[in-house]
Amino acid sequence: MRAFEYAAPRTLDEALAVLREHGDEARVIAGGTALVTMMRQRLVSPGYLVSLRDIRGLDRIEADNGGIRIGALATHRDVETSPLVRERLPVLAETFRRVASVRIRNMATVGGALAHADPNQDPPVTLIALGARVEICGTDGRRALPVEEFFRDYYESALEPGEVVIGVVVPQLAPASGAAYVKFLPRTADDYATVAVAATVSVDPDGERCRAARIALGSVGVTPIRARGAEGLLAGQRFGAELLRGAGEAVKGAVDPLSDHRGSAAYKREMAGVMVGRALTRAWDAALVSARGTR
Amino acid sequence: MNRKIRVTVNGTARAVEVPTYRTLLDCLRNDLGLTGSKEGCGVGVCGACTVLLDGKMISSCIALAVSADGHEVTTVEGLAGDERLHPVQQAFIDAGGFQCGICTPGQVVSAKALLDANPNPSDAEIREWMLGNLCRCTGYYKIIESIRAAAQRSRA
Repeated sequence: MRAFEYAAPRTLDEALAVLREHGDEARVIAGGTALVTMMRQRLVSPGYLVSLRDIRGLDRIEADNGGIRIGALATHRDVETSPLVRERLPVLAETFRRVASVRIRNMATVGGALAHADPNQDPPVTLIALGARVEICGTDGRRALPVEEFFRDYYESALEPGEVVIGVVVPQLAPASGAAYVKFLPRTADDYATVAVAATVSVDPDGERCRAARIALGSVGVTPIRARGAEGLLAGQRFGAELLRGAGEAVKGAVDPLSDHRGSAAYKREMAGVMVGRALTRAWDAALVSARGTR
Repeated sequence: MNRKIRVTVNGTARAVEVPTYRTLLDCLRNDLGLTGSKEGCGVGVCGACTVLLDGKMISSCIALAVSADGHEVTTVEGLAGDERLHPVQQAFIDAGGFQCGICTPGQVVSAKALLDANPNPSDAEIREWMLGNLCRCTGYYKIIESIRAAAQRSRA
């Protein structure tokens, strides 16, 4: 690793001031699992590191309007084991549980993972399906945007220079709704997905038809994507093999995977269609259970 | 660009001056002489460098030493008492979890963290917890047996 200056400010304002002062030379570090690895491989060589680790309160996981707000410094393990997350959005706890190993989940933070903008990660997929918003802070103030609009390209996000991710807000599921995360992982359990799909399904009160659905995929392009075309096919329809096949075909047309050691682009495209069917089936089942509970 | 950091290592307060780019692993091995923790992959995957930071296991090869300033680190050297091995260490010897030795410090530290968090893990819980600790001797069954034995012994 190349030499760099290091600051560990105790407040967000201080951190933003240091970032502003050092411009392009500066990088934000939190858990470090992505950044230190890239620095060791000399993929990035920042001249100044601003650590957020000593900023108090940035790791809180709290109830927010029926949903949940997760501070940027919460670790993946914090989310996975949070009683609040497990109670309100078990699919989110389950998604974070699928990331790497316990050891890495103890280090990697929610905000750091978003800022890293790696399209092969698990959490963004479920966050997009759940309609989560990422909170961003810069010296000019705060803003928030849907997670699906946050990712711009391979390892590129909507963060402007001097801005940091401070949290993510995840709304509660609508009544009579279910959610599922399906990670296709033919290699080792701590690997990135070959294809990952998250889906939410809301059903009519009688459970007969889909009212609305959201579908997101990871590892199928340069960013995680939302499959709006497939979502549109589901509204108003009854569950069935034909419907799932149609949704799968629509997704296969929407993804643009890269060939790598986890599979060829053609294979990933095919598996994206299969996994969408599985995710929808599980989300739909969960929605029926939820609908029964509200009747 | 050196910084002075204070770290409690295996219960002893240590002050050391390190370059900012020093990994925690290199600090432990080269600055503090604790060579139990090993570097395997160097990218946080293999688990040979596992240590506890404030009681939670981390990959010290991708942690900066400066990030441990003011915190507590436990390495494999800190597990045994004066005369007695830690129950996990003894179980690794008795049940054959200890083979060539390269991955063992990381395995033992991870297993200790598991039993601290969950004194009575199922085999599935042991597997899930330990999946980030690779053993190229492929002694996984013996490692799981060792952890099971350590859990039993700790309960006795």
